[in-house]
Amino acid sequence: MTGDFDVIRPEVYLALYAILALLVGVFTIKDRATPILLWLTAAVMALMAWWIGTRSGTDVAFAGLFVDDGFSRFAKILILAAGAVTLLLSGDYLTRSGTLRFEYPILVALSVLGMMVMVSASDLIVLYMGLELQALAAYVLTSIRRDSVRSTEAGLKFFVLGALSSGLLLYGASLTYGYAGTTSFAGVVQATQDGASLGLIFGLVFVVAGLAFKISAAPFHMWTPDVYEGAPTPVTTFLATASKVAAIGLLARVVHDAFGLVAGDWQQIVAFLSLVSMFVGSIAAIGQTNIKRLMAYSSISHMGFALMGLASATAFGVQAMLIYMAIYVAMNLGTFAFILSMERNGQPVTDIRSLNMYSRREPLRAFALLLLMFSMAGVPPLLGFFAKLEVLRAAVGGGIVWLAIAGMVASAISAFFYLRLVYFMYFGEEKDVLDSRMGGVQWTVLMVSAAAMLLGVINLFGMEPLAAAAAATLVN
Amino acid sequence: MIGLEHYLTVSAALFVVGIFGLFLNRKNIIILLMSLELILLAVNINFVAFSSYSGDLVGQIFTLFVLTVAAAEAAIGLAILVCFFRNRGTIEVEDVNVMKG
Repeated sequence: MTGDFDVIRPEVYLALYAILALLVGVFTIKDRATPILLWLTAAVMALMAWWIGTRSGTDVAFAGLFVDDGFSRFAKILILAAGAVTLLLSGDYLTRSGTLRFEYPILVALSVLGMMVMVSASDLIVLYMGLELQALAAYVLTSIRRDSVRSTEAGLKFFVLGALSSGLLLYGASLTYGYAGTTSFAGVVQATQDGASLGLIFGLVFVVAGLAFKISAAPFHMWTPDVYEGAPTPVTTFLATASKVAAIGLLARVVHDAFGLVAGDWQQIVAFLSLVSMFVGSIAAIGQTNIKRLMAYSSISHMGFALMGLASATAFGVQAMLIYMAIYVAMNLGTFAFILSMERNGQPVTDIRSLNMYSRREPLRAFALLLLMFSMAGVPPLLGFFAKLEVLRAAVGGGIVWLAIAGMVASAISAFFYLRLVYFMYFGEEKDVLDSRMGGVQWTVLMVSAAAMLLGVINLFGMEPLAAAAAATLVN
Repeated sequence: MIGLEHYLTVSAALFVVGIFGLFLNRKNIIILLMSLELILLAVNINFVAFSSYSGDLVGQIFTLFVLTVAAAEAAIGLAILVCFFRNRGTIEVEDVNVMKG
């Protein structure tokens, strides 16, 4: 049993930390010491990410319920880093909007815990428990501004559609259990030795549909724009980064670990999701004037590209997907750091037309945002281009050339709305100017992220071999 | 003799009723919550039926987990609904429309 405990030690410690912080928060400090709790939680997560980075090997715990391998560690480090940076970014915004409650960092920690369990699950029960822990905390986070109609409405929509997606996933899990006779992924592989039965295919379709809701892949994306718009911006940042990594990591885990032998069956579904997401995201974003809605559609289209890597059903595809997600998280953290600072007379603004001629007043920040937007659009010398290049290469290598070609078309369409933001900043008409105030953390994250888009092109920060090693543990 | 397929049919029917309840319901959010519960119960019937059919206990354990999580989920859903009602003064589905989507 000591061995089992060793494997899940990071998760246990994070859970203990969250429970202790909750007790201390409820009984003593209340909201007074929230800023300290915020930094402390971020520090704990950063420390945990570093600690997980020092671990190695593949360990299975609790008779195959939980697995700690290279793939889960890569995803966990990404999730923890995104969670920590989100917490640091939140402090300033939440203080100014008066919603800095001590529950906030604790809920983020619990949600991150759920995500860590998700990417390590190797059994349907663990998968479900991790998913629900992540989702329940996220519903509460979304509606944490109790006095705002938008925040509670977003929470309500998120809750109803999230619970529906869990229901779909569970129905798929029950069919998989019935026709494979077991809930463990290893057992499902055994049951698909000579092809999947019809019941298993149905189970697979329901599970993938449920997970597609969570990563907001079209045609299951309808909740995303409303939730992104209504949720407080720091929570939107969290949903757009950490929870995306966890959900797509879980999807990759399910299709490769449990259904790895019947790749032909899920490949078409994932390719379809990828194709529709890329186009729906890119086309629907064109008409948006609210920057948070725009980022929602942008994330739908990015998920389409990440799924393209997965659709190739090769180890290189998973590697490309991991690299894409890492770069996507870096770009989004930088962009949301900027969105968090968008204010006029002390009130948050989200209209993109308020960026008109931003470059004249704040040339450095405008240039940083320009780099991020170009990178998201996939303009060649920047990091975002390499992310797209990897998934396109994976798709061609996996024999789905049509998807790669469609991806290039979608990428060209999506360039329009990223470039429109840049156009507003450099050539718009100057009126209703934004405040020039920006929190120190937000400024730092924006600049570091923009610099990463330039400097990362040298060797992708050495990410490629790491992602390759991680992908190799998943696909074999 | 009632066999596995009878249970699966009932559960599939409940599942479909739940899904339709979610999408066709234009009245009250409480009905949405009831539909969600129906979906989860359909899943539970599936699990228990498969479990007793194959003589494997894991399905019934899964059912207990699903029930527990469903309770937590209902609690959170109702809490969010109460907050929404305080702000908006209504729980009609048609009035959940401050943001269009």
